[in-house]
Amino acid sequence: MTIAVSEPRLTFRQRLAVREIDGVSLLVVPALLVVIALFVYPFLYGVILSLQPMKGGGLFANYIAFFSDPYSYNTILLTLNLALPVTVFSLVLALPIAFRVRLMKRQRILTTILVIPITLGTVLVADGLLNYLGPQGWFNRVLLAMHLIAHPLRMTHNYWGVFVSLLITGFPFTFLMTLSYVSGVDPALERAGATLGAGAARRFWHIYMPLLVPGLAINFCLSFVQNFSVFPSAELLGAPAGETRVMAIAAYEAAFQHFDYSMGSAIAIIMAIVQLVIVGLVLAGRNFFYRGSTTGGKG
Amino acid sequence: MTIASSRFDTLALEGIGRSFGSVNALHDVNLTIKRGEFVALLGPSGCGKSTTLNCIAGLLQITTGRIMLDGKRIDTLRPEERGFGMVFQNYALFPHMTVRQNIGFGLKMRNVAKDEAARRIEEAVRLVRLQGQEDKLPGQLSGGQQQRVSIARAVVIEPPLVLMDEPLSNLDAKLRLEMRAEIRRIHNTLGATTVYVTHDQDEALSLADRIVVLRDGTIRQIGRPSELYEAPDDVEVAEFMGFRNRLEGRCVSNGAGLVRLETDHGVLTGRARHSLTDGAAAVALCRTEDLCVAATGADGIRATVDAVEYRGREFVGSAHTPGGTQVTFRSEHETELGKDVTLVADPQRVLIFQARRGN
Repeated sequence: MTIAVSEPRLTFRQRLAVREIDGVSLLVVPALLVVIALFVYPFLYGVILSLQPMKGGGLFANYIAFFSDPYSYNTILLTLNLALPVTVFSLVLALPIAFRVRLMKRQRILTTILVIPITLGTVLVADGLLNYLGPQGWFNRVLLAMHLIAHPLRMTHNYWGVFVSLLITGFPFTFLMTLSYVSGVDPALERAGATLGAGAARRFWHIYMPLLVPGLAINFCLSFVQNFSVFPSAELLGAPAGETRVMAIAAYEAAFQHFDYSMGSAIAIIMAIVQLVIVGLVLAGRNFFYRGSTTGGKG
Repeated sequence: MTIASSRFDTLALEGIGRSFGSVNALHDVNLTIKRGEFVALLGPSGCGKSTTLNCIAGLLQITTGRIMLDGKRIDTLRPEERGFGMVFQNYALFPHMTVRQNIGFGLKMRNVAKDEAARRIEEAVRLVRLQGQEDKLPGQLSGGQQQRVSIARAVVIEPPLVLMDEPLSNLDAKLRLEMRAEIRRIHNTLGATTVYVTHDQDEALSLADRIVVLRDGTIRQIGRPSELYEAPDDVEVAEFMGFRNRLEGRCVSNGAGLVRLETDHGVLTGRARHSLTDGAAAVALCRTEDLCVAATGADGIRATVDAVEYRGREFVGSAHTPGGTQVTFRSEHETELGKDVTLVADPQRVLIFQARRGN
């Protein structure tokens, strides 16, 4: 026997909820389409393009060519040689400053000053530095006037020009992220450490560091990826044919000077793989640390 | 029990003060704490009680006065050199360390040998009854358990003084009562000296040997719980200690230490806390549970009942006098709303103070 029960009609969201889908999560769809169109599709297109060498010779001919020419494969080391020290240096610089700024009342002024280099863009900073750090620039003139040096220091068209430029444009970003991680650690933890007999150095290493490592690892990855894809400052301030011939320059030359898009794509894919390896290593290392809340109990 | 508090005789706060810019958070605080005492710093928020505690711990620098431990000046020492144990309001447990590591942190900082440290940690765990939880992270414990860890961490270093900053205010009512008893038990077991900050007078009354009432950064009264409960020194302390009813009038001397207060809406007799002259303006203060409804025609305060709450054994009502003063009273029977009643109190339970200008 069947009993006719008039079932109330479910709304669209209720029907989604029955399948354990929150209706609000559908809002992610437009963003997902944009990501697919602007990121996933070009990336896959680049992969396929890199596997269709212009000069023929099998699927991996471009990759084989890249790794058999020292002028090409050395760009990996040159790029790492720039990106890793700059990233580490700006993190090491950002930490103590963040610890001090955390205690300041007028953080906003400092933040504003620091954000300005980000808004200027790398080309303008590179151009400015070209003058400022050049043989006739203020930097050398001041040092000469103070009799600290006898001859102008060579700071442009070499490694150090690119290093300084990357540091200036990347530091605010690194610093602001570090500041937010440092401020996120409950200050009561440090006070508790002090009453238990830990001096400043031991409070830093035993309490702050273990809680900051996961955040600093993310911070490292984001800064590293930015620095690794350096192009304008390496071209303008560096020696693009020599010690700062980074991978982005090699890819650019292949694609737009030799008109070998396939080779250019292959170099871009190799760049992505190197970045993924470094980021993967850092994130894997992060798993050895505590990654939960950084407060000491109920707030 | 081998965990014990370190030996010392007295800790003296000598005229200490702390200002933040032009604001005086603490002014001329004098207090001597003896070994084994349980001292509660009591006051409303912003009265300077936490500031006092942080100054003792060394987490805040004092701007005037000095702090002496057995005649040795300690206010110039950094907190890590003072070695007082501290229990924080939000527990401040290190989230990345297990219960065992948290409790052992102070021992590690003191370079206590491994097996000695393990033994003392085990004992501290037993003291706060957390056996079996040693390898959990603080995030896996309940609020009450976290506070136990925090207490164990503070006492395991055998500090001369244990400082507690509102340790129970984040716990629910039932747990708060339970932990209150625990704290007193731990204090007694260790023979510790404890300075306890709270805004809850019940907590201070039940825990402390001595209560220090602070207000606006100065000490208003120091005394045993019964002294503060029965004989507060001034109107503000009395109000803070639960004398909720306040009636203004003029006094008429009555001998035998008792004073009659004539208000516009009746009379009240009570103990004088100040020497009062006849006709002087005065204030009578009385607790809710001491003010009750009298038979009509009796000598008392006339009021109209506004609301009545059932409290199980009795009723608590609120009423207003014809002049608009709000009073609360106790009653054995339910009282009709809007009824005019006469309220009386045992003269021993009513305190009469001189009315201050601006009061």
